[in-house]
Amino acid sequence: MTVGQLIKSFTLWEFVKAHWLTLKYFFKPKATINYPFEKNPLSPRFRGEHALRRYPNGEERCIACKLCEAICPAQAITIEAAPRGEDGSRRTTRYDIDMTKCIFCGFCQEACPVDAIVEGPNFEYATETRAELLYDKAKLLANGDKWERAIAANLEADAAYR
Amino acid sequence: MPKVKVDGVELEVPAGATVLQACELAGKEIPRFCYHERLSIAGNCRMCLVEVKPGPPKPQASCALPASEGQEIRTDSEMVKKAREGVMEFLLINHPLDCPICDQGGECDLQDQSVAYGRGSSRYHEHKRAVTEKYMGPLIKTVMTRCIHCTRCVRFSEEIAGVDEIGALYRGEATQISTYLEKAAKHEMSANVIDLCPVGALTSRPYAFEARPWELKKTLSIDVSDAIGANIRVDARGREVLRILPRINDDVNEEWISDKGRYMADGLGKRRLDRPYIRLDGKLVPVSWAEALAAVAKIAPGNSVAAVAGDMVDAETMFAAKKLVNALGGSLLEGRQTGLAYDCSNLAAVNFNTTLNGIETADAILIVGSHIRWEAPLLNARLRKAVKRGAKVFVIGPKWDTTFPAEFLGEDADILNLLPAHVWAALNGAARPALIIGGAALAKGALEVGLSIAEQLKLVRTLDDGTVWNGFNVLHMAASRMASLMLGYAQKGGIADLVAAKPKMLLSLGADEVDYTKFADSMIVYVGHHGDKGAHAADVILPAAAFTEKSGTYVNTEGRVQIADQAVFAPGEAREDWTILRAMADALGVNVGFDSFDELRAAMTAAVPALGVEGLADYGALPTGVTGKAAGTIAYPIKDFYLTNPVARASETLQRCSAELLHGAEPQAEAAE
Repeated sequence: MTVGQLIKSFTLWEFVKAHWLTLKYFFKPKATINYPFEKNPLSPRFRGEHALRRYPNGEERCIACKLCEAICPAQAITIEAAPRGEDGSRRTTRYDIDMTKCIFCGFCQEACPVDAIVEGPNFEYATETRAELLYDKAKLLANGDKWERAIAANLEADAAYR
Repeated sequence: MPKVKVDGVELEVPAGATVLQACELAGKEIPRFCYHERLSIAGNCRMCLVEVKPGPPKPQASCALPASEGQEIRTDSEMVKKAREGVMEFLLINHPLDCPICDQGGECDLQDQSVAYGRGSSRYHEHKRAVTEKYMGPLIKTVMTRCIHCTRCVRFSEEIAGVDEIGALYRGEATQISTYLEKAAKHEMSANVIDLCPVGALTSRPYAFEARPWELKKTLSIDVSDAIGANIRVDARGREVLRILPRINDDVNEEWISDKGRYMADGLGKRRLDRPYIRLDGKLVPVSWAEALAAVAKIAPGNSVAAVAGDMVDAETMFAAKKLVNALGGSLLEGRQTGLAYDCSNLAAVNFNTTLNGIETADAILIVGSHIRWEAPLLNARLRKAVKRGAKVFVIGPKWDTTFPAEFLGEDADILNLLPAHVWAALNGAARPALIIGGAALAKGALEVGLSIAEQLKLVRTLDDGTVWNGFNVLHMAASRMASLMLGYAQKGGIADLVAAKPKMLLSLGADEVDYTKFADSMIVYVGHHGDKGAHAADVILPAAAFTEKSGTYVNTEGRVQIADQAVFAPGEAREDWTILRAMADALGVNVGFDSFDELRAAMTAAVPALGVEGLADYGALPTGVTGKAAGTIAYPIKDFYLTNPVARASETLQRCSAELLHGAEPQAEAAE
C-alpha cells in the first residue's frame, strides 16, 4: 500500500468526493419535473388514448370500412356496420376498442382512410375498474370532441413528413 | 389441335380455343373484366391484352382472338405490361376511389388487378364521371358510378336468365347500365349478377355493409331450397350466417343459385325455435329439455308411431327417425307431405335420369305438369341452353313464361294419354328425346303413362357414340325427396296411410306442409327449427338445427349424393336433429344403435350403401310393362316462388321479393347513398 492510498483511506476521501458531487447537483437545475403540475412536451406523433374524430360540420368521419379492425394486431377493435337510417350511408352501429388489449402500435390510425380513428395526446385515462377501459363508440366520439384541437394541431404539424 | 407457343413454352390447345384459354392452359394468369367462361365474348374491357405473333405490331385482346397454329404469344413482355397499365389507368379514370365504403372491397377484381397490373399512382386530375343510381329491385343495390361497362350483367340476363331485364343505354363514356324504366329485376336468378359484377356497381342490398370478406368463415354446403341441390358456400361470422354464395359445380348448378337459395340466409335468424315447448291446456309453454323429453315419454306410444319428413331434412336425420320408429315397433314413414302417392318401388322411375348436365343435349323435351322456372330455376337455365342448341320443347300444363320458345299443349293431364301427332313425331324423330314429369303431373297419375311412353319411344337408348341416353325424368321439388325415398319414407297410399293408422305419436321432422287437422287424435312431436305450420300444430316442440347448423347428406332430384358441412351452431337450446332423436330413444326406453354422428352415418351407409358414396346413385333400369291413365286438370303446387319453405317464409328479404315482384307492392323507399 502506498502513502497516497493510506492518506486517502484515513481521510475518507471517497466519502468527501461523493458528498461533493451530491452538493454540486444539489445546486444545479433539476432534471425531474413536478408531475402532475408540470409535464414534459409531447411529440406530435405521440400515440395515446384513441379518439374518433368528426368533420367540422359535426358529421362523424368514420365510414365503417373496417380497415382498422383488420390491421389491429391485438384484435382490440370490434366494428359492426349498417346503412344509417336517414340517408342510407355506410356507418358503424358499433365501434368498440378494448383498451386493455391495445398495444398502441398506431396501425389503426395509419390504416384509416379518413383520419377518423386517431391516437391522441392524452395518456392520463387511468380508471378504477377494468370495465371502464372497454371503450364504445360514444366514448370514442366524446374523446374526439374533447381533444379535437390538439389532435388537429398534431396532424398538421406532422403532415409535412407524410 | 393447333400448336401455340406461350412465353416460349410450346403447347397444344383444343380447336376453337381462344388465345386467353391457351394462356390459361399454359398456367399464365391473364387479367380480365368482361370475359367470363359462361357468357358470350364481348371483348370490351381490353384488360386481357397480350402480344401475338404473327399479327399487327400491337397488343391484342386475347379473349376474342382464336388461337391458331404457330402463334407466338407473350404475356410477360414490356409491351404487355405497358398495355395493361394503360388500360387500367383508363378504367380508373372514371372509377371512384371509394373502396372503403364499397361492399366489394376485399373481393373486388378491379382492386386486385389494379394492385397487380396497375401503375403506382394516378395522373388524372380532371373531373370524374358520376352516374345516378338505378333501381333494380329489392335484391340488387346499385352504385352505377363504379360501373366499368364490362356488360357481364347484361349478357347474363340475356343469355342465361333469358329475360331482357338489364341493358346498356347511351354510348361511350355516357353508357349507363339500367333495368329499362327503373323496373325491378324479376328473374328468379337475378341476384347472380351480384357475383358476376367485377366491381362494386351491383352489390347485394340485404347484405349491404354487413361484413367484409376477410371476417367471414366459409363453409361448403348444399342448397335445400329446391331439389336441384345447388352447391353453395355459407359465409358466417360468429354464430350468424351472413350470406350464401354459389360455388362452381358444372354437373349441378354451374355457378349460379336461385335467389331463394341465396336469401334464405336472412331467415335463419328469424322465428327460430330456440327452446323446447309443450302444449298445456291448448297453449304452447316453454319448458326445459328434461320436461319436454318427459312429455315425450308420457305419450308412451307403444308401436303406434309414425314419422313424416319435411322438405329440407338431411338423410341422417331421416335415418335416425326411421331407426327410432322401427325400434318402437312401427313402420309408418312418409315424406310426401301433400298427399302424393306415386309408386316408389323402382327409384329409377322417380329419378331425373338424364341428369342436369345431360338435359342440355336433349333435342326434344316434353314437360308434363311442372312450372320449372319456379320449381327448379337452375334447370330452366339448362333447358334454355338445350333450346339454344335447337331442342323443341312442349309443355302440358297451365302457361308460364318459359324464357325460351315452347309449345303449350293444354292444361289437361289427359293430353298425355294420347299425345298430339306432331308432338309424338317430334319425340319419335329425336335422337335424344326427354320427358320431364313434375309434381303436379304425379298427382294426376302421369307417372305410369310416362313410363309407358318411355317404353314406346325408347327413351332409354344407346347413342351413336356408345353412351347410354336415359330420357325419362321426374322433377321433384323437395331437397329431401330422393333421400327420403331411398330410406323408405314412402307408404303405398302416401300420407293417407298414416292418417288411416291413427298413430298415437306422430314424429314430424320439420314437416310444415302437412295438413295436421287430419292428425287430431295423434300427439304431434315436432322436431324442427322454425316456428311455422308444423310448430303451431305440435304438442311437443323439440328445437332442432337448420341446414347450415348440421352436417348432413342430401340427394338431389337426379340422385346425386352430396354432403354438406356444418357452418354455425344452432341458436339457444336447439340441438342437432340426431341428438334429439337419440335422446327421445332414451326417454321412450328403446335402443336405436348409435351414440355418435359417425356411428349414425356408418349405420346409414350400411343400410343404404348408395348414401355413402358422393356422386350419382345407380337406381338400375326403368320398370317395363307399366300402364295407366292420367286424368284431371294440372295445377302447379307452388303459388309463391319466394315463400315455399319455413326458412324462406321467415326471411324479410324474400317476403319483400314476394310482395314486390309477384304481388306488385310499391318498392320500399330507401334513401340514396
